[in-house]
Amino acid sequence: MQIYLPIAELPVNVLMILFMGLAVGFISGMFGIGGGFLMTPLLIFVGISPAVAVASVASHIAASSFSGAISYWRRRALDPALASILLMGGLTGTTAGVLLFTLLRALGQLDLTIGVSYLFLLGGVGIMMIVESMRAIARSRAGKPAEIRRPGSHIWIHGLPLKMRFKTSKIYVSVIPICVIGFIIGFIGAIMGIGGGFLLVPALIYLIRVPTGVVIGTSMVLTLVTMAYATVMHAATNHLVDAVLALILMIGGVIGAQFGARAGQRFSSEQLRLLLGVLVLAVGLRFAFDLVVQPTELYTIRSTEETQ
Amino acid sequence: MTARTSFAVLALAGGALILLAAPASAERLVTTLSTSRVQVTSNFVGTDVVLFGSVERDAQTVARRGGYDIVVTVSGPRETVTTFRKDRVFGIWVNADSRTFIKAPSYLTVLANRQINDIADMNTLRRTQTGLARTLLPQDIGGDIADSIRDDPFRQAFLRLKIDRSLYRETQNGVTFLTSALFRAAIPIPDNVPTGTYEVEIKLFADGALLSRATTAFEIVKVGFEQLVANSARDHGLFYGLVTTLVALLTGWAASVAFRRD
Repeated sequence: MQIYLPIAELPVNVLMILFMGLAVGFISGMFGIGGGFLMTPLLIFVGISPAVAVASVASHIAASSFSGAISYWRRRALDPALASILLMGGLTGTTAGVLLFTLLRALGQLDLTIGVSYLFLLGGVGIMMIVESMRAIARSRAGKPAEIRRPGSHIWIHGLPLKMRFKTSKIYVSVIPICVIGFIIGFIGAIMGIGGGFLLVPALIYLIRVPTGVVIGTSMVLTLVTMAYATVMHAATNHLVDAVLALILMIGGVIGAQFGARAGQRFSSEQLRLLLGVLVLAVGLRFAFDLVVQPTELYTIRSTEETQ
Repeated sequence: MTARTSFAVLALAGGALILLAAPASAERLVTTLSTSRVQVTSNFVGTDVVLFGSVERDAQTVARRGGYDIVVTVSGPRETVTTFRKDRVFGIWVNADSRTFIKAPSYLTVLANRQINDIADMNTLRRTQTGLARTLLPQDIGGDIADSIRDDPFRQAFLRLKIDRSLYRETQNGVTFLTSALFRAAIPIPDNVPTGTYEVEIKLFADGALLSRATTAFEIVKVGFEQLVANSARDHGLFYGLVTTLVALLTGWAASVAFRRD
């Protein structure tokens, strides 16, 4: 069943896109992540231009993180004060990201930037996750107790000024690192079409010492607002958001996430982290392959201005 | 009105024109298209626009020994296109060099009744811009605009990529003569076609010389939901973004209600 995507300007099989939404939704539900880092590459690999893929996936992530954020809000498992400080940085970062996106597109280097960013980010994070989860698995095999990081231990971040008390998270910490983290996540999210949950959650746990009970809910609020804002920004500046594509992805994504969440309960968290690490690394390597191997077609064409 | 009757009406109208204009050249082309408007809907998979034409002759016209040749050139809306070339830089392939083609046709189809090179000599073909290889593709070279040389790799890559996407094509047997003066050509419209006005130019050759030309046009429009989406994305980007976000939030909310487990 073919459908014509009005912005991507190409016909696609609806069932294929729906299935991709389901599959990525399944994985995102299983690992508790947004899935943007899988969705955007998949769309690029099936022939949708990276620019349209990044802009359209933003709204897909907004949909899935909204349904997640609602369920965390019902359980009061998020910190509104922390989320609003993160958002101050996040919205600034998203604005900067969309502006850079527009500039790189004009220079013809957007696709390269997206490819290289994916390679380094996913390659690095993937390797870190694999190493960390292998160690954890080895430890549990050896019968040793899991390593517990003391939340009380101080690092340089805790010496920064402008400290603020976050009641829900029960932490007293400077707003500077929180704003910076929000900015980075918003910035790379707008350029790469990812929610950034898989980066934000560890950053909040290890750097800010946010309790694990509220960290996912809080991270989803940031993802939701930055991705909703990125959708509006991409639509207003680059006119690249394909609403038809986004809608099919959303429907597949939110359904797949429900089944994924159930499947995820069968694995231990170390196994899940190992699986996710392998997946992240594989996507990164796929980009490396495209960058390093000589393409069969060295030339690409792109319409820069339409004159009717 | 069937194609046949519309053709007859046009033939009569064309005949009347010949009488009024008292042309210098003896042959005239009378043409009609099967449609003047192609609608791109959500399930659009491409179509053909059929051109019918007739070579009208008056009483004094000498008989052409070699018969007639027809070349139909269809060009879509113009666009400025940048062709990038990748080069290996520090081990990775990046867009290193580019050329910008000014106002190149977004769609270009050349249909002829036989091998174009046999229809006329090179000079005539070049002068009349007949055939894909002889179409002018002006490049923006440091602010100056000049036509690229034919073996320029960027020009060749541009043509090749357009042909790969079925947006450019040249077909030797795309025009069929039904009688010695009546011809038909099917203009293929692929599914990825850009919208806008499509100019159709019909050239009549005989014995290697251009005798006459005629032009007509048709329009390709997106209709229904696609047009609404494409137009609002382009003209009301902010509003479009807000609506898309709202739909995303509604989808997310609907999912959280539908799958609520507590």
